[in-house]
Amino acid sequence: MITAGIDMGSRSVKVVLLEEIKVDGAPQLNYSVKKAHLMMPGDIDADQAAEKAFTEALAAAGVSRDQVTSVFATGAGRKQVEFATEGVTEMTAGAKGAVFMYPQARTVVDVGAEEGRGIKTDSDGKAIDFAGNEKCAAGAGSFAEAMSRALQMSLKEFGEASLRSDKSIPMNAQCTVFAESEVVSLIHSATPKEDIAKAVLDAVASRVCAMVRRVGIEGNVVLIGGMVHNPGFVASLKNAMDVDQVLLPDLPEFVSALGCALIAAERQH
Amino acid sequence: MIANYGYKDGSGEYYISIDTDKCIDCAANRACLTACPKEMFEMITDDYDDEVAWVKKSNTRTLAYDCAECKPAGGHTSLPCTTACTPGAIKHSW
Amino acid sequence: MNAEVAAATVAEAAPEKKEFWRWQENVWFDETKNWKDAKVITCGIDVGSVSSQAVIVCDGELFGYNSMRTGNNSPDSAKNALQGIMDKIGMKLEDIHYVVGTGYGRVNVPFAHKAITEIACHARGANYMGGNKVRTILDMGGQDCKAIHCDEKGKVTNFLMNDKCAAGTGRGMEVISDLMQIPIAELGPRSFDVDVEPEAVSSICVVFAKSEALGLLKAGYTKNKVIAAYCQAMAERVVSLLERIGVEEGFFITGGIAKNPGVVKRIERILGIKAVDTKIDSQIAGALGAALFGYTLMQKQAKAA
Repeated sequence: MITAGIDMGSRSVKVVLLEEIKVDGAPQLNYSVKKAHLMMPGDIDADQAAEKAFTEALAAAGVSRDQVTSVFATGAGRKQVEFATEGVTEMTAGAKGAVFMYPQARTVVDVGAEEGRGIKTDSDGKAIDFAGNEKCAAGAGSFAEAMSRALQMSLKEFGEASLRSDKSIPMNAQCTVFAESEVVSLIHSATPKEDIAKAVLDAVASRVCAMVRRVGIEGNVVLIGGMVHNPGFVASLKNAMDVDQVLLPDLPEFVSALGCALIAAERQH
Repeated sequence: MIANYGYKDGSGEYYISIDTDKCIDCAANRACLTACPKEMFEMITDDYDDEVAWVKKSNTRTLAYDCAECKPAGGHTSLPCTTACTPGAIKHSW
Repeated sequence: MNAEVAAATVAEAAPEKKEFWRWQENVWFDETKNWKDAKVITCGIDVGSVSSQAVIVCDGELFGYNSMRTGNNSPDSAKNALQGIMDKIGMKLEDIHYVVGTGYGRVNVPFAHKAITEIACHARGANYMGGNKVRTILDMGGQDCKAIHCDEKGKVTNFLMNDKCAAGTGRGMEVISDLMQIPIAELGPRSFDVDVEPEAVSSICVVFAKSEALGLLKAGYTKNKVIAAYCQAMAERVVSLLERIGVEEGFFITGGIAKNPGVVKRIERILGIKAVDTKIDSQIAGALGAALFGYTLMQKQAKAA
């Protein structure tokens, strides 16, 4: 049995194909991912983006469309995935995927381009409670992205630069738009770039952390979503949450799509 | 005067309002100053030369987070600030 | 008094890169009067995040003002704003009896006798500009948005200020003007040049609204239609702030966005109330209120003496 999970984010579509195979009579799950299909900013034709990403994923896995018994969608644009049979929330999908990868995880932190949230989960990967940044760019990846642009650095350079700083400059602005002017005045006052990068990532981390604290930090903490690729952010988050370890999956942006495919598979039984 | 401190953003409306007419001659002996675990309240002389409490500037843009631990999810059934303010000058919008 | 006729635009060197968000600076004074005839001269200076205004009040009446753009936290903003009007009318700092500072940078007015918050000053200024029937004031500034309710004397009875988020502020409008590559003064008129009035952009956040606007352009919206959708969103946003303090007849709008009919007319449409008209530049309300506060304080001192 093969199921698919599609995570329709604000910037990219992620597809995971999940196959249930029998090993010595016991069911086992095997999943494959296809590199995310990136949407151009403002690429509003989400149906086409989802269709394209799905076709690419099928081709890469050598699976034909009719072999897929069920397609579930998640993410902010899940309603635009017309060929999906059902939609699940990002909280449900994120918790499911994270606990599948790390069974001991109870706190899931999900930080993507436009959304950040903290999810509390049970041992089955069922989301119990969550708190998010909804509809505000502060506390999500786009905040860091806007600031790295102001510093004329790539997000990767930005994250690495912040690791070289041991300063803690507080940012006063909560809003991304206002923070841009604040970063510009820091540049004008000759503040080193790495210190600015750290100040920005600390600010995002403290906001994300405040959301997570609203649901409570319990058990192991997993970070999912694109910001896992930013080592500076991970360091800032660990520091803000005051935890020794944050589990980082290899393919962090696919965890929600995986969770989605897992839920699709469960519903088949 | 009703002074509203806080903000509205994509996630909701978060205001602490202070009725300064009830605040001027405080009958609770400025209990709000110590009741708030984050010490968010502070005495000021306002534009009409009245001695009243306000919410510190450093908190007005982060109320949703700063007040979180006193809200029901944090285990409280009543808010320390509104309980301490017996004249009923302090109100939360959320 | 005819502000339009007497207003002289400050000449400015053409910037190399076109900056669409730039709005016009203004210096004006009442040519029918001579400040030397006045018994009491007071001055109000409003140091905002993106602009500064200096207003001269003679015996409780508006005499002249200067409104200019300023950088963030510039310590010279107050001085430059005041110098602009003083040079124009041949006044010196010694001629002014009392100076009140207001606005976000009010502590950066070294020669001020007193600092008063912009909330109280806007209410007082609006009471002068729109008359004593004004009850509800909306101030849309560069980096904040204020909703104020006041009594017939211009004393604040209820207020809120939102300075956390750029949505519903002048800065948000500047971002869209830059994105659309259209001068900020043209946004309002253009927003009405559409075949059908579009729905508001759904994002509150300016960052998200920006990507939404790009998406709408791709989907075939004209620039004007996108601007209309954004103006509508801005109007809905500020109306929701106003509703917290309650809107009454005698509705007055101050700040830079009062000059954008694209937002103002939409606010009026949603509220079903027309804003009180004024010939005075809406951006000087705070500084004017500050100068009037100064005049009242001078009178109190005279009585006490």
